[in-house]
Amino acid sequence: METEFTPWMSLAGGILIGIASTLLMAMNGRIAGMTGILAGIVPPFSSDWAWRMAFLAGAILSPVLFLAAGGEIAYAVPVSLPLLVFGGVIVGVGVYYGAGCTSGHGVCGMARLSPRSIAATVTFMMAAGLTVYLVRHVAGI
Amino acid sequence: MRKLIVSGIIGAIFGVGIAISGMANPAKVLNFFDVAGSWDPSLIFVMAGALVTTALGYILVFGTRKRPMFDAEFHLPVNKTIDARLIAGSATFGIGWGIAGFCPGGAIPALGFGGVAAIAFVGAMIIGIVLARTLDTLRHKPAKAF
Repeated sequence: METEFTPWMSLAGGILIGIASTLLMAMNGRIAGMTGILAGIVPPFSSDWAWRMAFLAGAILSPVLFLAAGGEIAYAVPVSLPLLVFGGVIVGVGVYYGAGCTSGHGVCGMARLSPRSIAATVTFMMAAGLTVYLVRHVAGI
Repeated sequence: MRKLIVSGIIGAIFGVGIAISGMANPAKVLNFFDVAGSWDPSLIFVMAGALVTTALGYILVFGTRKRPMFDAEFHLPVNKTIDARLIAGSATFGIGWGIAGFCPGGAIPALGFGGVAAIAFVGAMIIGIVLARTLDTLRHKPAKAF
């Protein structure tokens, strides 16, 4: 399935992600990593679960409001439900042991030039690229 | 209360950024990795925009503030070791990302508009986190990863 090349929209989205990451550090002193924020509201809850819930609620509600206000969000899922669930469990295990994901390591950690985050980011980008190649061009799914 | 409102607003900025960037769109994410097929390089622009903005933002924050507005200190990761746990975990995450096309930061903002696919992925991902944490706690002392 082809998707449209959207450099400007993607750049704008990236800048908004960067603004949110900066603000979360300035206000709460926290890394804007979805894994870390989410892990605090998964049992056993961390003591500071309230701001995490507020952040997540904002992140879930804002795209819905954006759509309601007439904005457009391109969205398509060329993956079967069983593979989404399978991939989801694997992602959950991976980000727990890897202690971060694209937002935490890839954006916030890389922005701090953390060697640990750079190693993690290079690893998960390469693993994802290799997996997509195997799934699409070897297995032919 | 102010902290909660501000956290919600920051989350909202993050969510719209993710949604318009394409990171919450599995078709686009998978095409970004499919260099040998229907390649869509858009996500390079997401990473570039987010990285440069955050890097400059952090320099500004750490250079001008002794502490964050709503906390006594900046909570920066203390673990500096690059070990098998980090690499194996990151590789595992990458495999799952390549299968599903969702990463955690992409999937959460998709919960409200992404239908069953986003909900199923996030549910499975939370099960994965709980599973890994339970196994880890049984085998070692609780991990202090975050």
